[in-house]
Amino acid sequence: MPRQDPKKRGRNFNEVALGYSLEQAREEASRCIQCKKRNCVTGCPVEVDIPDFIQAIREGNMPEAVRILKSKNALPGICGRVCPQESQCEATCTLAKKEAPIAIGRLERFVADWERKNMPAKDSPPLRPKPSGRKVAVVGSGPAGLTAAADLARMGHGVTIFEALHVAGGVLMYGIPEFRLPKEIVQNEVDFVASLGVEIRLDSVVGKLVTLDEILANGYDAVFLGTGAGLPMFLNIEGENLNGIYSANEFLTRVNLMKAYKFPEYDTPVKIGKKVAVIGGGNVAMDSARCALRLGADDVYIIYRRSEAEMPARREEVENAQEEGIHFKLLTNPKQFLGNDKNWVTGAECYEMELGEPDDSGRRRPVVKEGSEFIVDVDEVIVALGTRPNPLISSTTPGLQTTRHGTVVANEETGKTVKDRVWAGGDIVTGSATVISAMGAGKKAAADIDKFLRG
Amino acid sequence: MYKILEREDLVPGIHLFKMAAPAVAQKARAGQFVVVRIDERGERIPLTIADWDKDKGTVTIVFMEVGATTARLALLKEGEAIADFVGPLGVPAEIENYGTVVCVAGGVGAAVVAPVARALKNAGNRIITILGTRSKDLLFWEDVLSSVSDRMIVTTDDGSYGRKGVVTEPLKELMDSGEKIDRVVAIGPVVMMKFCSLTTAPSGVKTIVSLNPIMVDGTGMCGCCRVSVGGQTKFACVDGPDFDGHKVDWDLLAARQRIYLGEEKCAYDEWQKSHAA
Repeated sequence: MPRQDPKKRGRNFNEVALGYSLEQAREEASRCIQCKKRNCVTGCPVEVDIPDFIQAIREGNMPEAVRILKSKNALPGICGRVCPQESQCEATCTLAKKEAPIAIGRLERFVADWERKNMPAKDSPPLRPKPSGRKVAVVGSGPAGLTAAADLARMGHGVTIFEALHVAGGVLMYGIPEFRLPKEIVQNEVDFVASLGVEIRLDSVVGKLVTLDEILANGYDAVFLGTGAGLPMFLNIEGENLNGIYSANEFLTRVNLMKAYKFPEYDTPVKIGKKVAVIGGGNVAMDSARCALRLGADDVYIIYRRSEAEMPARREEVENAQEEGIHFKLLTNPKQFLGNDKNWVTGAECYEMELGEPDDSGRRRPVVKEGSEFIVDVDEVIVALGTRPNPLISSTTPGLQTTRHGTVVANEETGKTVKDRVWAGGDIVTGSATVISAMGAGKKAAADIDKFLRG
Repeated sequence: MYKILEREDLVPGIHLFKMAAPAVAQKARAGQFVVVRIDERGERIPLTIADWDKDKGTVTIVFMEVGATTARLALLKEGEAIADFVGPLGVPAEIENYGTVVCVAGGVGAAVVAPVARALKNAGNRIITILGTRSKDLLFWEDVLSSVSDRMIVTTDDGSYGRKGVVTEPLKELMDSGEKIDRVVAIGPVVMMKFCSLTTAPSGVKTIVSLNPIMVDGTGMCGCCRVSVGGQTKFACVDGPDFDGHKVDWDLLAARQRIYLGEEKCAYDEWQKSHAA
């Protein structure tokens, strides 16, 4: 798939991947051998009928490809861009044994983009099923919430989404940058969910404006909690509150949600240093580093305590970052941050690390090399160590069971929590994971809620 | 959209908006705040709730023009609306019958202190209020605060009204007077809260301050508002905004409030240019 030139794209917020043309898509689709086993479908957390939509592309029947894809996945433009297909559908593709697997993600993206350009929503409003008369509240409008809401609405239930921020989309809006997931595409898919009859209430902080028990007492038959993992983790080391040190959540929220990259046209500012260190090795770290570069930083470092092989980020995103000129300081971990008399960060004192025995995660544990301290001169730091669920809801909801990591306990297959009429799914249950796994959880919970409501 | 039902210009540069926000009004409690966004291009800013009316579904905010966003807000008229009004956020002020409580309000902090003083009064406390401003023309809500106070002391820096001087002077006299003071609430500029806390520290009387660091979401998501209290990092938006003033790292708070000084000036200059045009 064609991509923007690394030198150019390193300074703009336009999408990196440019997408297939119809010819390219049909050619790729024609490689699919339409095997009987349909391993790709098993590899998809929301069980998209992959060979069928690929067949429709091959035949040039794009409206049919759209119909097949969207019957299982309400957010194809998003999934086609940010799903880790290489470890899911494409990993189980039969062709992958011998050659490159079918580029399922790119084809999915192509179908979604084709629909957006050629089938405006107003021309083909989705069919509304017969109302069941039951009402479900969905808390949070990220991937889990949007998927659960779409499925429940298609099952005929009245659905209201409560969203804390001023736009719907959750991490798709505030977290993932424009150049990887254009906000117009997210908005388009949010609008699609709304077109199914879902009411979206913005600015509604559940736990503050209304509690979960009040929702249950006010006419809702069931609640799905999909509030994600929004609480940033810090290193808890000396100097972390210096000016110029951001959580990745804050940095990305300023840039993506508040559009600080358009300051002063938009009112929200963001600081950009000359030398920026991003702490962490996940997708959020890559996103932060690549945003800092695009905003004009001279040098951006990824500081990660293990080696490249253990990085949780998608391979593709690591490569994109490397191509764009992000420096990788691997087997490196901050000991403390240093600052000047104005409380601004001036450096990160780091340890060199080495890999020891595997830990609980199966990855080799990083161990400090004693006496190896060295200083990286930086004037901005972005801490991207992962997130935990926000305690706003669990702390105001009696009867909801949480783990010591703050995640909500829910049945893996159904999303049912121990609290009556309450389901949960996505990062609030698993801790920070992927968009598609959250969508899978939203889908399973919707099915179980439907069973409960019709039971 | 959230409509401005009433607007009042309290003093030059400080304005009151009574907003239609029925859901927020149902839940609001003294000491809580809202996050406000004017429009698509606007930033999210926290403003403390000055008053509310459950029955009428209104929430009152009072703000001072300090930059581009508050200057833009100040141009809005009755009947106009803003895009977002999120709340009530933060932990409500602790309200119990402590005995005698001294409430110290500095500048625009008068509007923040008012609901807290009222709630404390209703809980049975004896309230001594110290209200301080730079000069008489910046003084507002003396009547509101008087109505919930057993004793009222007004100071102005220039002596144009009430007692000449700053709020820490009568506060120190009260602490030294031998009168039993059970609690102090100090809300205003950082430097005022810092010096009130220093003034009460020798006596050990619990001194509650309401911190106003820079915020983005206001729900614990970004960590922009982190403050150090008793050596621990706290998020003012969800752990506060009220904290024990004797434990706050004031220098850190003051430094973190200066992060965007350059950008704030740039935005304000841009706004003034475009506004003049």
